[in-house]
Amino acid sequence: MNAIDHHWQRFTLKQKLSRYAVYLVLVMAFVQSIQSVEVIPEFLLDAPEQMADMFSRMWPMDFAYYPVTVHDAMIETLNIATLGTLITLIFAIPLALMNASNIVSSTWCHWISKFFLVSSRSVNSLVWALLFVSIFGPGVIAGVLAIAFRSIGFVGKLLGEALEEVNMGSIEALKATGASWLSILLKGYWPQVLPAFFSIVLFRWDINVRESAVLGLVGAGGIGVVLDDSMNLFQWDRVAVSLLAIFIIVILAEILVVNVRKRLI
Amino acid sequence: MAGINTTCSQAKIDRENPFKHNWLVSALWLLVVCYVVYSFNAMDLSWGRINDGLGHASDLLARMVPPNFSRWSLLLGGLIESLEIAVISSICGIFISLFLGLFAARNLMPSWISTPVRALIALCRTFHPVIIAILFVKSVGFGALAGILTLVVASIGFIAKLFAEAIEEISLKQVEAIRATGAGFTSIILFSVMPQVFARFIGFSTYQLDSNLRNSTMVGIVGAGGLGGTLFSAFQRFDYDFVAAILIVIIALIMFGEFLSNIVRHIFR
Repeated sequence: MNAIDHHWQRFTLKQKLSRYAVYLVLVMAFVQSIQSVEVIPEFLLDAPEQMADMFSRMWPMDFAYYPVTVHDAMIETLNIATLGTLITLIFAIPLALMNASNIVSSTWCHWISKFFLVSSRSVNSLVWALLFVSIFGPGVIAGVLAIAFRSIGFVGKLLGEALEEVNMGSIEALKATGASWLSILLKGYWPQVLPAFFSIVLFRWDINVRESAVLGLVGAGGIGVVLDDSMNLFQWDRVAVSLLAIFIIVILAEILVVNVRKRLI
Repeated sequence: MAGINTTCSQAKIDRENPFKHNWLVSALWLLVVCYVVYSFNAMDLSWGRINDGLGHASDLLARMVPPNFSRWSLLLGGLIESLEIAVISSICGIFISLFLGLFAARNLMPSWISTPVRALIALCRTFHPVIIAILFVKSVGFGALAGILTLVVASIGFIAKLFAEAIEEISLKQVEAIRATGAGFTSIILFSVMPQVFARFIGFSTYQLDSNLRNSTMVGIVGAGGLGGTLFSAFQRFDYDFVAAILIVIIALIMFGEFLSNIVRHIFR
């Protein structure tokens, strides 16, 4: 009997080396960035004092300001988020269908849909808002379209993946009956992706509520406009009221979405 | 013949229509349509304005092409600053989240530690990065530092939350086995918890690195450094050809980031 002298290793040499390479590159990038980034030390030392000053100005909050402007702006923000999410569907559903390889099989269709989905996701919602503000002028319409265009990539990508995961058995059965492609889509694919569809849309709506709250900073309507105005006038007690309103709405939206999703799945 | 007819009609009665009309669903769709009509009215959206806008849009697009790369030094400066913000904030954020995630896991920590840590993480998550950026610009002044702090907060909100959830899902058998050997707390974490969750932690981290890269090009809009500031001032000066150049660079940067994070995810799988 020869002695067993296996030395057990969790990773192969190649795996180890590539992992260490990643760590090394990260550390190098970090050191390089720390050395070259422009940070003014005086500002950093001053920070606690400035922060204390900001919070002391925020405290007693100007609650009388809420019914005057904040309430209407909050409703507008919710409308921007909801309408934006609904408009997204007009673009996202066809792109998702084009992106799903079991529905459309041509490669160039995939590339076209991928291009639109990726460019929608790469451009931040604030940048979309800037673009639409310069097209339609400041106002709600820019906000709605910014939210809509930003969400296309997210909804389209996830919906396309959900479509690719459907059980092809029932689709085949429908095809065998000679059903038209519209019937196959509506009665074969749609019932199977229904839970995924609603949870994707709700998830995006939750994100959109957060995002629509800041679009106003570039003039695209909603609570952000109120926030920007009171910040430019250094009325920090009013800023605090707006922030509190955003905080409460975001938490309520999240609770709503979590509960609805629990029922759906 | 008669017999066949009767069985046919019998079958028709027995078998329900598999695609029955669902009135509840129709009512819900009607509700959605009503909402759209109401919100269009409430927000003064009109087709006239949209029509006007389409004219402006073609004008804008015409001014965007060809993209103007002549001020490339400005563009490169902003790009490098964005990259620095993304790298520093991701690494700091990942490092802090590693500990906060461990402290927030309810199956490893007593509730008097995990509850406050969870509350802190939730607070980091609620506000949009831009709002946090505004607050940091007020407290540490304009520049990259405000951007870095903002994205560190955003990273903690995302990675620490998901990491804590991943830890709560681990199998406790291995923890028990390591504990039975008499290992201390650090060894338990290193040899029974981390191997189970490390791959997922890397997944969250690379995702956040991606998203920090995106956000680092945006926080500049409120003065927190990076390419966003350059973009915003180009917009305000109506230099749309320069705007197009910046947008192209941003999209290229993000695609490059996705490519890199795919490689990292592949290595750590």
